[in-house]
Amino acid sequence: MPLPISYNVRNVRTRWQVSLLAVIGIGLVVTVFVALMAMRTGFTLALRATGEPGNAMVVQRGSASELTSWVPLDHRNKIVVDQRVAVGSNGRPLASPEIVVVGAMPRRSDHLPTNVTIRGVTPSAFEVRGGIEIKEGRTFQPGLDEVIVGKRIADRIQGLDLGATIPIQRHNWKIVGIFTSRGGAFESEIWGDLDTMAGPFRRQGGSNSLAVRLKDASTLESFDRWIRDDPEMQLQAVQERKYYEDQAGGLSATLLFLVGFVSLTMGVGAVFGAMNTMYAIVAARTREIGTLRALGFSRRSILFSFVMESVILALAGGLFGCLLAFPINGFSTASGQTPSFSEVAFAFQITPDILARGLVFATAMGFFGGLLPALRGAKLPITSALREA
Amino acid sequence: MSAEAVRQPAAAPIVDVRNVRKVYRRDAEQITVLDGINLQVPPGEFVALMGPSGSGKTTLLNLIAGIDRPTSGEVVVAGTDVGRLSESELARWRSHNVGFIFQFYNLIPVLTAQENVELPLLLTSLSKKERRERALTALKVVGLADRAGHYPRQLSGGQEQRVAIARAFVADPGVLVADEPTGDLDAKSAEEILALMESLNRDFGKTIVMVTHDPRAAERAHTQKHLEKGVLKA
Ligand SMILES: Nc1ncnc2c1ncn2[C@@H]1O[C@H](COP(=O)(O)OP(=O)(O)OP(=O)(O)O)[C@@H](O)[C@H]1O
Ligand SMILES: [Mg+2]
Repeated sequence: MPLPISYNVRNVRTRWQVSLLAVIGIGLVVTVFVALMAMRTGFTLALRATGEPGNAMVVQRGSASELTSWVPLDHRNKIVVDQRVAVGSNGRPLASPEIVVVGAMPRRSDHLPTNVTIRGVTPSAFEVRGGIEIKEGRTFQPGLDEVIVGKRIADRIQGLDLGATIPIQRHNWKIVGIFTSRGGAFESEIWGDLDTMAGPFRRQGGSNSLAVRLKDASTLESFDRWIRDDPEMQLQAVQERKYYEDQAGGLSATLLFLVGFVSLTMGVGAVFGAMNTMYAIVAARTREIGTLRALGFSRRSILFSFVMESVILALAGGLFGCLLAFPINGFSTASGQTPSFSEVAFAFQITPDILARGLVFATAMGFFGGLLPALRGAKLPITSALREA
Repeated sequence: MSAEAVRQPAAAPIVDVRNVRKVYRRDAEQITVLDGINLQVPPGEFVALMGPSGSGKTTLLNLIAGIDRPTSGEVVVAGTDVGRLSESELARWRSHNVGFIFQFYNLIPVLTAQENVELPLLLTSLSKKERRERALTALKVVGLADRAGHYPRQLSGGQEQRVAIARAFVADPGVLVADEPTGDLDAKSAEEILALMESLNRDFGKTIVMVTHDPRAAERAHTQKHLEKGVLKA
């Protein structure tokens, strides 16, 4: 039977001052790790919440974002009358042609300009896209120079206040409403009337994208094939949700790389910190190790015991780190690194899964930090260990 | 605890050191600490090992206890040639055959008296309950049952050494080795420790090899051996 874990727990408790720095070091790494993971999760969730499963986005083949896509008017007219497209309450196809431009606007926080997506839509956009709710004011009137602003971007951009007037493309627009979209990416956009915006935005004779509701979501594949097979059209149909997820994909991967890189570099530092502490702990307990070995405890049980002690330290650090990271849960921020180069606001999301990963990460740091010192302790000759003061 | 050893006075020695040399190499220099030692200790014997500082007493004791290996020669204890065992076999062998008493007690500071005494029993197949009971019994033998829950820092030096003695015999080994067990104690505590060791030898049949500088301690042993410059004198 190996040495009981309680022996290590008590050693950690009674001599906590020795290990305080190592514990804090590991804790801070876990804090950063949890925060970055929460950022990535929040960002992915913001884009995932965008899109109805039964909707298809018709965009130009090979376009990286709606910004660089173009759907000409005659193609649109051909597509919306297809049998697979659902029909709205007014008897017209559930199809939403949309134009998209990006404008630079100053942030409230540092007044630096950042890119904001402005979307011109028809009234059918509200029925097709779904989930849009006016929280303050009212929606824009077709034909008037009015816009509504997503809640998240309104909070972040200077001058996006209800009743205010903002210039977009050398044209003034009055803000008449603030809207939400179930936490999706539209909350980071400004919406106005397509026909009114088409002129000033020079987006006439078509739209950047066309969102359509399908009668039956399973017909998406044949719908896409039909569009692709038409040699006149350079278009494709993608499930709306997948379209926005793919847009997030690049950044999500970049964030994951960032999480990995930052955690690894900081983690290596923390491992060396833990190693230092464990070397000091092993040195201070040399005679104790000699005594235990004389009593008959094997090298392996000494090795295991000190690795275990290091892991216990690291877990204490991990818990501390998780607690430290907790206040950022729900904290809102934005990223400008989307394919359309515009801001997507999102909230940090700490999930139980992220916390569990943080603790596993801490355990790994403790394990690697404790291994060499524990090995030194286990390899000590008994006679010289017993001679230590 | 077995008293078998006492009933067989003519038995083979329980400690048999044959022509043992121990040489330390320091850089190019060789230091011969033990130079052809022969020592036979019959079961139930109480031997005092004396000699000037640096004469190799601790070295010899460590060889008998199986925590060191001779450069040449044989150390046979309780029928086992200690030099032939592997590192892990030796650890297991120690836990069953040797009890250690140190000058500075070497109790584990974060464990209570009872937990310290229980340590060697973790290496046996006893249940938790049996371990607790045996540890408490051993503490009763050394008169410290009422201190079972105390930590080493809450005990006096003499009490610490009594706990250490309980730890040394709790797993019922045949041989106890003690390296200056009274070296750090006042006269009264030293007297208590020596009385306790005498009783372990007399009443429980433990063979004891004790290194000491103190002539009064050595007088309590049945035989005295003197080590000088690596050689034993009677
Ligand atoms: N690991 C080692 N390497 C080199 N020399 C050693 C080592 N261990 C002990 N020695 C030497 O061996 C000699 C005997 O040491 P030992 O500890 O056995 O003496 P001792 O009789 O117990 O002395 P004391 O009464 O002071 O405890 C000393 O000269 C010591 O320096
Ligand atoms: Mg000595």
